[in-house]
Amino acid sequence: MSFSNEQMTRYSRHIILKEIGVKGQKRLMEGRVLIVGAGGLGSPAALYLAAAGVGVIGIVDADEVDLSNLQRQVIHTTADVGRLKVQSARDKMEAINPDIKVNAYQTLAVADNILDLIADYDFVIDGSDNFPAKFLINDACVIAGKAFSHAGIIRFQGQLMTYVPGQGPCYRCVFDSPPPPDAVPTCRQAGVIGAMGGVIGSLQAMEAVKYIAGVGKLLTGSLLTYDALTMEFRKIGLPPKRSGCAVCGEHPSITEPFDYAPAVCEFQ
Amino acid sequence: MVLTVGGTRKEYPAELTVAKLLEVEKVEMPLYVTVSINDEFVKREEFETALLKEDDSVEFLYFMGGGF
Repeated sequence: MSFSNEQMTRYSRHIILKEIGVKGQKRLMEGRVLIVGAGGLGSPAALYLAAAGVGVIGIVDADEVDLSNLQRQVIHTTADVGRLKVQSARDKMEAINPDIKVNAYQTLAVADNILDLIADYDFVIDGSDNFPAKFLINDACVIAGKAFSHAGIIRFQGQLMTYVPGQGPCYRCVFDSPPPPDAVPTCRQAGVIGAMGGVIGSLQAMEAVKYIAGVGKLLTGSLLTYDALTMEFRKIGLPPKRSGCAVCGEHPSITEPFDYAPAVCEFQ
Repeated sequence: MVLTVGGTRKEYPAELTVAKLLEVEKVEMPLYVTVSINDEFVKREEFETALLKEDDSVEFLYFMGGGF
């Protein structure tokens, strides 16, 4: 692959970085990233990965854009309300960068399709909004040997970790199984400060870029937490992977993806 | 006894179990918190019995579900 003049200009601020250079930019342009969820996390991740010239970006979401999404899901505009999120997201990504290919999957990520969805990608970004999906993505990535970035945001807090096969614990090593519905605030009633998706989703994009370009140290074996009210970031070292982990342990009992019952979201 | 909890060093009473520490630290929904001591996960069924000792470093890891 040789760069056109336009590409040399478009990616000049990357190419000038000694850690990226022409080689790293080529890797990005040959890279493939799947983003599950075109919401608070997925929006900034999709915008930055498109801008970075990641060659193929898949985006998975079943929903339509709702007015209440716009406070944080910055890839969608007021004119997009009622449109499919994946189409709205694809339009913006292609408008930023016509170099890239965007695959839009208008579906929920479920056990029946998750392995097919992730199969063609190098790195997966979990921008889902519920525990069943987060465990599903973890299990599928462990089973398929894919690297992925997990993240969660709520109120004024966010956190993320990266899984790379053979390096450190998976999400299930840390959290074992989903909490019962209602035990932990997950639903829209808890609220989230809009810029939190921007902070954490951008960090997920950063992990994807580093993984594909092969630079720096990833958040494997660490959980990075961010508290916006105290403005504190903490990088918490995680224990090594659990030998008894149900999916990445020595004798896994989970050998194919499965669906947990979705959490019921009720007003409290 | 001095412990490092969530990165902060502090004095705690002796003979402290993980369950008691969760109570002292007013951790909400302690049944759904992952605890590590000195870089090792503590099994949930051991929260009531696992005793902390001088200079242990404890982390609480919380479920965070949203992606919104």
